[in-house]
Order: sequence, then structure tokens, then C-alpha cells
Amino acid sequence: MTSLAWLIPAALALGGLGLAAFLWSLRSGQFEDLEGAGWRALQDRPLTGPGESEQAKRTDATD
Amino acid sequence: MTGNLRPVPTPPDETAREAGNDNTPLVESTTLVADTMYCGTCMITIEDTLNALPGVSRARVNLTTKRVSATYDPSRTSVETMIAALDGAGFPAAELIESREADADARDRDFLKRLGVAGFAAANVMLLSVAVWSGIGNDMSQGIRSLFHWLSALIALPAIAYAGQPFFRSARLALKGGRLNMDVPISLGVILASGMSVFQTIRGNDHVYFDAAITLLFFLLIGRFLDQMMRTRAAGAAANLLGLKASSAVLLADDGSSQRVSARSLKPGSRVLIAAGERIAADGVVEDGTSEVEESLITGESVPRPVTVGATVYAGTVNGGGALIVRATATDQNTLLAEIARLIDAAEQGRGRYVRLADRAARVYAPAVHILSGATFLGWLALGNGWEPSLTAAIAVLIITCPCALALAVPAVQVAATSRLMRRGVLVKAPDGLERLSEADTIVLDKTGTLSLGEPELVGAEGADRETLARAVRLAAVSRHPYSRALVRAAERRGIAVAPAEGVIEVPGSGLRLPNENAHEERLGAPGFVGESGTPIGTSEAGASVLAYRAADGQITRYSFIDRLRPDAAEVVTRLKQAGYTVELLSGDRQGPVAAAAAATGIETFRAETSPAGKLARLGELAAAGHKPLMIGDGLNDAPALAAGHASMSPAGAADISQVTADAIFQGQGLAPVVETIAVAKASQRMAIQNFAIAIAYNFVFVPLAMLGHVTPLIAAIAMSASSIAVTANAVRLKTKRLEFHR
Repeated sequence: MTSLAWLIPAALALGGLGLAAFLWSLRSGQFEDLEGAGWRALQDRPLTGPGESEQAKRTDATD
Repeated sequence: MTGNLRPVPTPPDETAREAGNDNTPLVESTTLVADTMYCGTCMITIEDTLNALPGVSRARVNLTTKRVSATYDPSRTSVETMIAALDGAGFPAAELIESREADADARDRDFLKRLGVAGFAAANVMLLSVAVWSGIGNDMSQGIRSLFHWLSALIALPAIAYAGQPFFRSARLALKGGRLNMDVPISLGVILASGMSVFQTIRGNDHVYFDAAITLLFFLLIGRFLDQMMRTRAAGAAANLLGLKASSAVLLADDGSSQRVSARSLKPGSRVLIAAGERIAADGVVEDGTSEVEESLITGESVPRPVTVGATVYAGTVNGGGALIVRATATDQNTLLAEIARLIDAAEQGRGRYVRLADRAARVYAPAVHILSGATFLGWLALGNGWEPSLTAAIAVLIITCPCALALAVPAVQVAATSRLMRRGVLVKAPDGLERLSEADTIVLDKTGTLSLGEPELVGAEGADRETLARAVRLAAVSRHPYSRALVRAAERRGIAVAPAEGVIEVPGSGLRLPNENAHEERLGAPGFVGESGTPIGTSEAGASVLAYRAADGQITRYSFIDRLRPDAAEVVTRLKQAGYTVELLSGDRQGPVAAAAAATGIETFRAETSPAGKLARLGELAAAGHKPLMIGDGLNDAPALAAGHASMSPAGAADISQVTADAIFQGQGLAPVVETIAVAKASQRMAIQNFAIAIAYNFVFVPLAMLGHVTPLIAAIAMSASSIAVTANAVRLKTKRLEFHR
């Protein structure tokens, strides 16, 4: 029964990790555009994520 | 490109330029709608087009919502420039009108968060519960079981407090209003089950219901979330349609300079230049110019109205002739739009009393649940049991009857139905729209723009051969008048190459002239203008409008136009009649065209020249006679009637206010979506009732067991999941089911 002492925390931690990942992805807008995300993966050019800004474009342009 | 995948934060020189500047660059953001995008290539094209514009700092496409969010520097570019660039790239775009959608998005996300938390808690509590259930009767010690119960409590209680809030809030509101809804027994069941389980845990007893309470919330949240998501999607798509119709206007400043601004920024007193063919952006008075205004959206009248200095024009109508300068009038209580909005408000109050099927069920079901549960408690007490086992049995009844399946029964069907309709271009906006659509027994149609396409088509070319037509089209190609465009379309269909003639002069309200050296100058326009005696733009008995063309040799040919019916109008009317519906035509247009349209589609009852108030009155008569009218219309003049009808639909080309008022919007050239919508609405109601039957049948089995105290937490968990899955699976069938169409 001593195995419970670490099994239960491990199970809860894993579940909690999943929940945290879900809440994070929700907050960072990963569910905003489910259709577009699939297409973006096929794009053959530097990535610009939802949070990236003008600098990305400027650097691209000056390359 | 070395190591440049993630660019370094602002390069030093950039920082210096930006921060060192006394006026730091302005940044504004906007959302554009471009609803023709459908794939990854469109996405890249749009983003690249916008990003290439100077002053646009970031453009990102959302393919799901068909929108682009862009941040830009208003001193270097403008929304109009971006829209023009997208138009150039082949994506007609418009700025999105701000609405309450941001709220809806936030609500969606809120539900998802609660759903995530409930899911996490349900899974973990279930993990512990399964261990306990399999441990009972085996070697699980009292201490371990107690530990598991405490752990369950620790996980479940905060999760229930958080995830259950939408239900608790709704139940509290209902109780405050002295009503019972489905959320009252749900909240009561969850709270009592949790409370009782805490008590049992402290006492160290066997049966705790944490798993039942949290799984119940999880399932119910799925139902609510689906419901909410469908509604947000429909509202978003509807907002896109409206956004695409929102026009811009050319604002004239006092110094004579002009500037293109969005129609929303116009104020009373603004002077606006309206080019030929443009949609008028605000109610106003004509200050300069003569033209014809196509007002079918407002009056239902298919023939343009001539306007000149001093005439009033209305927002949403189309300037058919020459350029106009209009001074916008007050946009407050005195506008036509405000008048119509008042009629709508009045009409909608009648509809507010409608009670949805689920609520009607809840009115019967909720008291029944409470009575059963109370009776169980009293029964057990009367039989000499202590209050504790009595309360446990009563809570078991509450949990078993907790309308998990019942609360999923309607949302699951609605989601299946609305997504099926959405695939076919029908947006159901009103939450109770499907229910009301399914109950309609009389279909009331508007003519212009609903039964017909709302644009003229050449139907007769008297005495004109191909060559004459080709010459007439040379003139027509210069003009944006609806009839000129109809003539050009007709020529193109006949394979005639359209090349505009040079030197054509447009005479607003009359027609086009092309001066030459011959005895007769070429003219195309009203018969009187061309040299025949006749009305300004001739109208024949059958409701056709007539244009005449005089060639250089003086020979006159005549062209007649009618507002063509939607291609399947007659077929749809026939199907509706065969299915047992009464079909009526209610139009603001003149007697001739309305009678012709009614005859062509086989509608026996029709009324012409009906005012908005007249339409409203007719719907009132129908309702008073016990009918449930489904109003289908597009114009501003239909809006009050749309609100008054038992249910209502609008084509996607309808006036903004009509689209807002209608329960459902259909897209495309045909009327067939109306039949599909009614069929799906009816099927969805049948299915909702089937689902109720499934849920109630399951109660018949398990409630007696619960009352007798035989329901353990294990049985409760199985029964609950099984019934929820059964109703959901039943609802999903609607997505692909073949539907018969009858009343």
C-alpha cells in the first residue's frame, strides 16, 4: 500500500498537467482557428505565431 | 537566414527610431471580413497582401471565422486602403461592425475553461471511485477507502463550485422570478449530493456521490457548451454578412475636398457624394444632382424612383442614375429606420412570451422530481428508518432523475440540426428559432428580393436583331443603371462582345445619348426620351418595365425587363402547398407585377401595395385566426412583419435590419433552403421529443430502484452516462438522415 503514497500524487500531477496545458492553450488562442492551423503547418515560410509582431516582418524584409 | 527563425527583439536602430521620435507610431487594430477565403492559399494571399502594405504591422487570418485581424498605423494607411488591396487580390472585404460578439467569444471560452476543469475532476474522481467500488468486498481497508473519499472530496468540491456556477446562477434567477427551470433540480441535486457525501465521508460510510455530482456537471456542460458554440458561430457568420454590406461613403468637406470614410462615421449634416451605382450610406436630402433611386429594399417597389434636389433618400437604397450630393439628416428618432425599429420592438413583445419545449418540459418535470424525492424521504422516515438513510435515498432519487439526458436532449438535437443547416447555407440565429419554424402552418412571402431575385432581367426585345442589340449595349455598357446592367448581362449571355461606346452622355432619369453627325443621335432610355410617347420608364400591364433604343438610322426597338423570380420559386411553392402549407404573397410592389409573380408561382392569395404596417396587420389577422405564420422577407418594409411572424427567414441579400430580426438567414440563388429548413426544424422537434422519451423511459427503470434505496454510486454513474450517450447518439443521426417533407 505504500505505492499509493506516490501513485496518487503522480496521477493527480499528470491530470493537473493536462488541465494546465489545456488552460494554457485556451488562453494563448490555440483554439481560435482550428481550420487555419492545419493549413499553416503546410506553409513553407518562417513562422509567425499569434503573438508575434511587427519585428518579425521587418526582419523578414531586411533579410 | 541563419538562426533567424525567431527574430530577435526589435533591432537597436528600430528602437532608436521609434522611441526617439517625439510622436511614437500610432497603432490601431481592426477586423476585416473576407468571406470568400476557403483554403490555405487564400490565407497566405490575404496575409501577404496586407503585410505588403506600408503601415500595416501585422495581419493574421482566421480561416474558421473568415476574418482578418490587422494592426496598422493610421497615419500611414487606412482601413479603406486595406479593403481596396484585398479587393484587388480577389477577396471582397469589409470592415466588421463591432457587435456583442466579443462577449460571446468570452462566454465560449468561459464554458470551455469550466468544461476542462470539470473533465479533469471527473476523470480523477472516477479513478478513485472505481478503485473504491472494486475494493468493496475485497481487501480494501477502511482507512484507505476513507483516504480515497477525502481525496475525492478535495478534488470534486472546488471543481463543482467552479464548474457548476452557470447552473447555480440560472437556478437562482429562476427561483427569484418564482419559476422552476431545469437548473433548479440540477443545482439542488448537485449541492445536496456533495453535502451529503461530505457528511458520509466524515462519518466514514461507504456511499459517496462525488463522482456522480461532478460527472453530471461535466455532461451538462458539454450540452451547454455545444449550444453556446453553435449560436456564436451562427451569430458570427451573420455578422460577416452584415459587415460585407456595410458601405463606405465619400464625404465632402466644406473646402470641396473629398475623403472616403466608413458609413458609420457619418454625422447628421455631413455632405456625401454618391456615385452612380453606389449604395446610399445615410438617410438624407438631395442637395445637388438628378437620379433614380432603386428602393426595393425599403418599399418592395421594383421600379426606381426619380429623385432631384430636395428629395429625401434613404440609407440602403441604390443610386441608379447620375451622381448625387446628399446632406445626411438627423439619424435619431425621426428616420425611417427608427420608425421601423419601433414597429419591430412592438411586434417582438408578442413573441417574447413563447416558451421553449425544454422549459415546458421543465415546468412539469422539476416539480415532479422534487415531489418524488420528498416522498422518498418521508416514506423512508415513516417506515422507521433514521433521517440519514432516508436522506441518502432521497438524494439518490435526485441524482438519478437529475435531468442529465433531459438537459442534453434538446441541445444535442439543436447542434446537429443547426450544423446540418449551416452546411447548406442556412444560419439559424434565434435560439428558439427551430422550434418556432417547425410549428409554422402558413408561409407568407414577400415578392421583390425574396420570391424574386430583386434585379431586372431582359425578357423581351421587340424588333431587335442581334446587331441592334449589340449596338444598344455599346451605350448601356457605360451606365450603372440597373436596366443598363441587365441589358449588358443579357448581351453577354448571348455571346455578344460588349465594348462601351465613347462619348456617351447619361441623362439622369431619362437615359443615355450618343451624339453623332447623322440626323438622329443614338439614344437608349425611357420611351419618351427616345422619341416615343410614353411614361418616364414605361411599364406594361404584366408589370414589365420597358426601355427603348433609337439607332442612328432612326429605327426604334423596345426592350422589356421584369424582376426575375428565383429559379426554383414555383417548384418550392408547389412543394410547400403539397405539404399542406397555405402560401401567401404580401408585397409592397404594384398590383401588376405582384399578380404576375403570384400567377407564375401558383400562389392564390396575394396582396399588393402593402405598407409595412399593412404587412404587420395581415400577420396579426393570421395569428388571430389561429394560424402560425412563417414570414419570409428581405426588405426594410418587411422587418416589422418578420418580427411579428411566429417564425421568420430572410435571404442573405436582405436589408441589415431584416437580417437582424429574422430567425434564420438563407444564402444562395434558390428558395429551396426554406424547404430544407422547415424539414430539419420539424425533424429536430420530433427528435427532441424522442430524446425526452428515452430520458423518461430510463427514469421509469431507475427511479423506483432509487426510491427503494438500491441505487449505489456505481449504478448511478452507469445509468447517467448510458442515458446521456443514448440521447446524443440519437441526435447525431439528424446530421445525415434523409428527410421527408410534409406538415
